[in-house]
Amino acid sequence: MRFLLDAEQAEFGRTLDRMLGAADTPSAVRAWACGDHGPGRSLWARLGEAGMFALAVPETYEGVGPLPVELAVAYVEAGRHAIPGPVVETAAVATLLAELPDPGRAKEWLPRIASGEALATLVAAPGKGSGGGFASGPYALDADAADAVFVASGDELRLATGHGPLRPSADPARRLFAPEGGTVVARGSAIRAAVGRATELAALLTAAQALGVGLELLRRTVEYVKRREQFGVPVGSFQAVKHRLADALIGLEFTRPLLFGAALSKSPVDVAAAKTAAGDAAYTAARTALQLHGAVGYTEELDLSLWLRKARPLRDAWGTPAACRARVVRPQSAPEVT
Amino acid sequence: MDLDFTPGQEALRADAREWLAAHVPRRPLPSLETAEGFAAHRAWEAELSAGRWSVVSWPREFGGRGADIFGWLAFEEEYYAAGAPGRVSQNGINLLAPTLFDHGTEEQRARVLPSMASGEVIWAQAWSEPEAGSDLASLRSRAVRTDGGWLLRGQKTWSSRAAFADRAFGIFRTDPAAAKAHHGLTYVMFDLRAPGVTVRPIGRLDGRPAFAELFLDDVFVPDADVIGEVGNGWRIAMSTTGNERGLMLRSPGRFLASAERLVRLWRERGADPALRERVADAAIGARAYQLFTYAHASRFAAGGRIGAESSLNKVFWSEYDVALHETALELLGAEGEAADGEWAEGYVFSLAGPIYAGTNEIQRDIIAERLLGLPKGRR
Repeated sequence: MRFLLDAEQAEFGRTLDRMLGAADTPSAVRAWACGDHGPGRSLWARLGEAGMFALAVPETYEGVGPLPVELAVAYVEAGRHAIPGPVVETAAVATLLAELPDPGRAKEWLPRIASGEALATLVAAPGKGSGGGFASGPYALDADAADAVFVASGDELRLATGHGPLRPSADPARRLFAPEGGTVVARGSAIRAAVGRATELAALLTAAQALGVGLELLRRTVEYVKRREQFGVPVGSFQAVKHRLADALIGLEFTRPLLFGAALSKSPVDVAAAKTAAGDAAYTAARTALQLHGAVGYTEELDLSLWLRKARPLRDAWGTPAACRARVVRPQSAPEVT
Repeated sequence: MDLDFTPGQEALRADAREWLAAHVPRRPLPSLETAEGFAAHRAWEAELSAGRWSVVSWPREFGGRGADIFGWLAFEEEYYAAGAPGRVSQNGINLLAPTLFDHGTEEQRARVLPSMASGEVIWAQAWSEPEAGSDLASLRSRAVRTDGGWLLRGQKTWSSRAAFADRAFGIFRTDPAAAKAHHGLTYVMFDLRAPGVTVRPIGRLDGRPAFAELFLDDVFVPDADVIGEVGNGWRIAMSTTGNERGLMLRSPGRFLASAERLVRLWRERGADPALRERVADAAIGARAYQLFTYAHASRFAAGGRIGAESSLNKVFWSEYDVALHETALELLGAEGEAADGEWAEGYVFSLAGPIYAGTNEIQRDIIAERLLGLPKGRR
């Protein structure tokens, strides 16, 4: 056993980190929140060039995937740098379309998704017995920016033709729209299973993104409490402050192995465990970050808010903590139905 | 990156499973914190040892199987899944033995390890003193030079297993004039039945003598029982507590088995939806701890060292263990008050976890200062 990222996987994460660190992502996030997708889309193009989206796309369609471990590495970085847009949904759509019996849609969309050129979004509420638990909300994330809005329900997959008005999210950079209309793209029992797997990937990558968000919140807060002085000393020298940060780190560091364990095992129970832990850890990190920054942390002006406001939505997206915990323990020892 | 055991490790796992299925006592042994239970657990150690299962990670010459860390983890998973008894030799095997492997002499290893592996000699730890708990380096018990060895003088306390154990290990002040508190300390082993030793058992919360006070009145320790250099005891002891907090003290197998028992209990008691989330958290926590340990073991196997990260581990498992037992007691409802059940005893035991092996407050200081780089402050 070698349950560690190999050198190439670790270097891939560092490469994305360096690239995004130099890209002024906060400005792109703020623009995105106002409906200006330009800077965000150019970030997507660069992520596409770096190969991030190709990881979710099979080789047949100009990708290199699916590679769940590498995807998890990339999505932790997406979270750390608060990348705007339907990153998770686009990867989920890629796996979903690749599994459709008719390859037409895959041929149409997947090469463009792999390159970072196309943004796709997804609303999916898989029914019982098909990944139940890892559901999106009723809204299509960033439908105004997406090139395609897919809606899956039961045995049916549709391509929406429009969307309703903007519904503000707790995180302004997550833009919510109810999908409208639509043409049926595929129908049949195979769709249900494919949607189940796509939503499992969505849950896994949301967990990765949440972990990244939590890590960045912790990093920024540690830097802040080292600098900020009260009573003549850095507030980070106080035990009450240290212990909150230590607890935040424990939550995040015990999420990491669950995330990569789930990426390797692909077991829905492991995915549910990772999603639960990541949601809790990121949310704890957010509460800690807010509290330890004090009043300035409560402002939208401080860039911290870009991460702070993501923690709660990511905790609930693609599998609420309650739904995921219900997936982990069942009243009877019944085999997982997929 | 993978989660695969080698064929050799899998074979060890299968052999362990088979042996345990044939040997694990059908009924739980009496509590090891009683004279009767201690004797029963000692006999179990002898049985384990006869099957060469008491110290799988040690070299064969000392009674082990030379298993690597993943083999050890696989064995531990099987051990607790089989419902095998708690390990009365744990202090010796997990704390003293790693110290002897790293800092002891050939002679010490040959003399001490085989009787530890067989359960013939059970070891107690002797770290804390009445005035030296979290601030362990302030300890005052002395070891004074005499012909051919040292005389121990002072008092140790909270000495786990000492009520019934045979020998103990700990650190003593050999140079009171040393410039810093953690200098001038020396690591020694001593006999709990030697002249000058008085053992006063202390009842823990449930009244059982799980630990003891040790009064030491010129207890002779031969030079042969000093581990490492005189004056270097702090560094040696810290390498031991690294093990204690790290991989060795609580193997994931233990929590995986407990979580599984908890899920079964929940189902047997009607799968109360009000407790479902807490039961799920026990299952998630056990898996997290297992995978976290696999990651650490991988680093260790790749030549890395386990440092302050072991504090993350210690806080996690100790709080996890309390929460798991609290959930079990709630599932038992009013019946949970009865103090003679497995869960009740496990609960009392778990309550000590956040306190011993370095309190969780000290661990959080270590995490904040060494892992997050925050400035030192007043404790």
